[in-house]
Amino acid sequence: MASTACFMIVSRNDIPIYEAEVGSVPKKEDAAHQHQFILHAALDIVQDMAWTTSAMFLKAIDRFNDLVVSVYVTAGHILSFV
Amino acid sequence: MIGVGKIKQYTNVLDRPLSKGKQEVSLSAFAFLFSELVQYNQTQVDNIAELERRLEDAGYAVGARVLELLCHREKGNRRETRLLGILSFIHSTVWKVLFGKVADSLEKGTEHEDEYMISEKELLVNRFISIPKDMGAFNCGAFVAGIVKGVLDNAGFPAVVTAHFVPVDGQQRPRTTILIKFAEECYSLNARLALRLPDIHVLDQLKREPEQRKTSKNAKTSNDFTGWVLVRNNVTPLSCST
Repeated sequence: MASTACFMIVSRNDIPIYEAEVGSVPKKEDAAHQHQFILHAALDIVQDMAWTTSAMFLKAIDRFNDLVVSVYVTAGHILSFV
Repeated sequence: MIGVGKIKQYTNVLDRPLSKGKQEVSLSAFAFLFSELVQYNQTQVDNIAELERRLEDAGYAVGARVLELLCHREKGNRRETRLLGILSFIHSTVWKVLFGKVADSLEKGTEHEDEYMISEKELLVNRFISIPKDMGAFNCGAFVAGIVKGVLDNAGFPAVVTAHFVPVDGQQRPRTTILIKFAEECYSLNARLALRLPDIHVLDQLKREPEQRKTSKNAKTSNDFTGWVLVRNNVTPLSCST
């Protein structure tokens, strides 16, 4: 894998429930929590998009440099970010 | 998992199909369980309102889970984003799974725009319950009202849901009606645009926007700033024009 992926599950009130890192890239010290910021910024976008579509899987809703954020929304608005 | 006989061995537990479980529960078992639930709560509270609230909270937890489960099982992973959609989902799918039949009717209230009613000739939970005279207005349908509230809240449509008795002529037992009153939030700008319903609030906002843009016409940067503000306010059709 080219880069590491971060998987987060967020409840409907923006409370993170689960977080996992998937990947084989050694963790960079300076950007240790970068993916958390990226996913946090994507929260707003997801909230808006969740109302426009009735599909559950929203692909590639946001880009940051070369990282792409996609999200799976369940019926109870529980968001799973990658 | 539930101990159904191992018909086929899968190498990986994740590949095994999810079992649907037993679809039917015995009615008498449920009646006993529900009566015990009501009795237990009765010993804990002092007045009717508190008892109704407790039943509603119990139903809320059920509703939250039922929403996720049914969206996955029945609707093939499609969420509900429309108000009418979620109401008809409750009225048919949820009722069918929980009570074995669709609800009797779904009506829109005439006095207020944000009120809807699901009514049922005889609510399953009330079938084996008799209310003593001194607890006149109490309705065990508060449990079902809690289920509906759980479904609506978790789908993003906050509402106040209550159960009422409506006497019907020519019938001994009154009809039960679940009254759903949606909160203001459901009618917010964003939701209205998503639902594509015309609304006075939307028209007012749209009328105000051109004046906002006129004042910032002098500098290009301020135009961009207005555009950003519009996007943050979720008025998506207008953000494109800036």
